[in-house]
Amino acid sequence: MLTIFYVFASLSVLGALGVLFLRSPIHCALSLVGTFFCLGAIYVMLNAEFVAVIQVLVYAGAIMVLFLFVLMLLSSKDNEKYVNKWSIGKLLAGLLSLWIFVQIASLFTADELQLGPKGAYPIEIVEEVGSVALIGRLLFTDYILSFEIIAILLLIAVIGAVVIAKRRFQ
Amino acid sequence: MIPIEHILLLSALLFTIGVLGVMLRRNVIIMFMSIELMLNAVNLSFATFARGMDSMTGVVFIFFIIVVAAAEAVVGLSIILSIFRTSKTLDIDEFNLLKW
Repeated sequence: MLTIFYVFASLSVLGALGVLFLRSPIHCALSLVGTFFCLGAIYVMLNAEFVAVIQVLVYAGAIMVLFLFVLMLLSSKDNEKYVNKWSIGKLLAGLLSLWIFVQIASLFTADELQLGPKGAYPIEIVEEVGSVALIGRLLFTDYILSFEIIAILLLIAVIGAVVIAKRRFQ
Repeated sequence: MIPIEHILLLSALLFTIGVLGVMLRRNVIIMFMSIELMLNAVNLSFATFARGMDSMTGVVFIFFIIVVAAAEAVVGLSIILSIFRTSKTLDIDEFNLLKW
């Protein structure tokens, strides 16, 4: 189990580094799809099967296809003017992100991680009922208001996208 | 059972790579992909804490975050599309329409 996790973890980091370093935007998008697949596998190991399926369907499927569509639509001739020299800005960016990483990592590596009181869904219940049924039950009872609001948000986003992207005829 | 700290470390690493991508790359769409990567890193830590604390709330939150990410991608890409029509480039340094 642990070995499989390390395999998928290193593969996902590799895909993320691909987004950072590959030249062609198409290659970046494909490497990001690989990262999303590996994260989906890690969700399965965390007993969140619903999230894993959504990750592959919505992220690796829908959102990345949208990215690829836009990339093919906007075939910019002059690819990124890739300045391959070390500038002071890049150095600062590296130092800043290193600082961010150290700050995040120090939260859970300094001493024993203190988790709060346990919730009502231990692993036995999740395996017996299934995570999909539990999430569905929560979505339509405790979180029904957020669910309705997020539906409206999605509708507004789609209408807004159509309005922004349509051609204006004079 | 995977130790929680290892998954959180992976999440922190992915988030940092996303931050670096936003700061180093100059192509708008690749910067956008880096933002998606950061959102995914946060999702991963939500799922980890949900498992570690025997709670389902984190998983429901991931559902909402994915919906918001989809909405954000749709609106952002259409903005990029309409900017590309006028400036014919994807370089973020050329997008200085609002700069005084």
